[in-house]
Amino acid sequence: MKRKLSLLISLLMVLSLITACGQSQDSGTASADEDVIKIGVFEPLTGENGGGGLQELGGIQYANKMYPEVLGKKIELVVVDNKTDKGEAANAVTRLIEKDKVVAIIGSYGSGVSIAAGDIIKNAQIPAMGASCTNPMVTQGNPFYFRACFLDPFQGRVMANYAIEQGAKTAAVIMQNGDDYSVGLGNFFINAFKELTGDENSIVDVSEFQVNDTDFNAILTNIKAKNPDVIFAPSSATTAPLIIKQARALGIKSLIMGGDTWENPAIIDVAGEDAEGIVLSTFFDENDPATEEAKKFVEGYKKELAGKEPIIPAVAALGYDAYLLIRDAIERAGSTDGVAIRDALRETKDFEGVTGIINFTEEGDADKNIAVIKTVENGQFVYIDTVVVK
Amino acid sequence: MTIELFMQQLANGISIGSLYALLAIGYTMVYGILRLINFAHGDIFMMAAYFMVFSIINFKLPWYIGAVIVIVASVGLGLLLERTAYRPLRDAPRMSIMISAIGASFFLENLATYLFTGVPKGFPDIKVLTKPVSIGNISLSVSTIITPFVTIILLYVVLFITNKTKIGMAMRAVSKDFETARLMGININKVIATTFIIGSSLAAIGAILWGSKYPSVMPLMGVMPGLKCFIAAVLGGIGNTTGAVLGGFILGMAEIMLVTFLQPLTGYRDAIAFVILIIVLLVKPTGLLGEKVTDKV
Repeated sequence: MKRKLSLLISLLMVLSLITACGQSQDSGTASADEDVIKIGVFEPLTGENGGGGLQELGGIQYANKMYPEVLGKKIELVVVDNKTDKGEAANAVTRLIEKDKVVAIIGSYGSGVSIAAGDIIKNAQIPAMGASCTNPMVTQGNPFYFRACFLDPFQGRVMANYAIEQGAKTAAVIMQNGDDYSVGLGNFFINAFKELTGDENSIVDVSEFQVNDTDFNAILTNIKAKNPDVIFAPSSATTAPLIIKQARALGIKSLIMGGDTWENPAIIDVAGEDAEGIVLSTFFDENDPATEEAKKFVEGYKKELAGKEPIIPAVAALGYDAYLLIRDAIERAGSTDGVAIRDALRETKDFEGVTGIINFTEEGDADKNIAVIKTVENGQFVYIDTVVVK
Repeated sequence: MTIELFMQQLANGISIGSLYALLAIGYTMVYGILRLINFAHGDIFMMAAYFMVFSIINFKLPWYIGAVIVIVASVGLGLLLERTAYRPLRDAPRMSIMISAIGASFFLENLATYLFTGVPKGFPDIKVLTKPVSIGNISLSVSTIITPFVTIILLYVVLFITNKTKIGMAMRAVSKDFETARLMGININKVIATTFIIGSSLAAIGAILWGSKYPSVMPLMGVMPGLKCFIAAVLGGIGNTTGAVLGGFILGMAEIMLVTFLQPLTGYRDAIAFVILIIVLLVKPTGLLGEKVTDKV
């Protein structure tokens, strides 16, 4: 009896392991034939950034549905989950390259995991296209990593600029220790804010927290005592609502701002009424399509989402663009060789994407100077302004 | 530092400390009886939070009925865990049962990820608990105020059960000497099941209070509280219920005070828990209120 039971338990545990990896294997099994071209999708589907990763994946899969072929072959997406974990990210990318033999990689949401995977990508000479990883270090010194979005120095400046336009004289910053995205964006904001106000003491508080922290009362109490005009808290969509709710519960009335990760319905779901009035920057607005491709995308993807999400998330648009950029490069390269695709990507000229016209800089970053600023009103993300920085 | 700021931080510390204390009781009781660190305790806490989300948001039950269902369901889960993962290993070496506990913990985390996805869910807003209360410039929610009282009351209930009832006497006997208690005709399985019932229901109550304060429910939400509460239990002297509560309060207060007085170190807040653990293990391995256990030859 005992033996049977322990056997059953160990069986259950093995099963749970298989189901945990199973999702990623689904798409990888069916292709022994040479008539497919495999593109790896490297996203966090679980863990802290699971919500955002799924949004981005949605855009990539929709693009695959719209444009399923290249060079007369079918494109197959191989999805792996990096679990919002830097160690896991290296494993996931290695698997894509070694086992699944993908010709290119899209992803990831979250700069930390992208940076962690960067060296493996560089050494394997497989071109990668980040969709929404905004930290400069993702592409720096890596000739094989490209990205479709703007960068954090730009984003930090846009937010600092907006805060000052709203009359802010002082700011407090909350960042997640060990998260490259959060610390990077936070510091770019600090520098831009100091520079724009011309006052070294305009940042009244910088506080850090750890991954999976849920209690921010202590740091928020410190911030409350310093009474800043704005609080800038670049953080994941998992953490942000907790910060917002606890700040409001403590009676903090300051304007609360975040970065692109905040454009996620989870924030409004969890923070509820307290989310009203928060301000965030993002890449794209569905009401202001920049190109013909964008109009088509907004119409089609809205139907695809079918009310699952109230608005098209910007990261889905970027995922869509990332896929199209890779596909376009393979088409022009005329081969699936990593270096050939990389060279074709470099030569991308005035590519008409959903998030605007895309050219790449020397580093492989999309040359973008437009950010969209949004707020939350009556439980919905509302467009405030499009900022163009020359 | 103004007095108001300090009072607010004090309230923050007491409130987080009492949540740690609630969970730490569960750890310490199971350890006291089984000499087992129940690593899955934090995951029962996580599942309880999900049960609450489903009973209130999906089945639209009033919160007090939801709370009862959550406690019953968590107790059921705790018992199931004991029956399947721990009881078959009752006579196995202690290391095996500990590995089984780690396995059970991973199993629950992966199961939750599989069933509910990694995307956080909002915890239902229980107005009675989340209503803000202001005392002067200090802002608190109702749940922050009642949590310490709930913890103290439950501590007394647990102490009453262990010290004044028959099953409590059996528990103490089992914790002193497993084999002899069994020889004396004590139904070991019943005693252990009772321990899991108490531990799981405290985890469920903890989850409800935790959720109304930090309304984000996800599969890994139990990991960090689980670790910290284990440390709280060790700090207070593992196996000692009052010690666990004391340890929880000390740990919560230490974390908050670190942030209050040493602001450049706010990012090291989680580290303080582990630093405390190391110091306790070095200086007083039995914890603040723990008894020295002599090994029988």
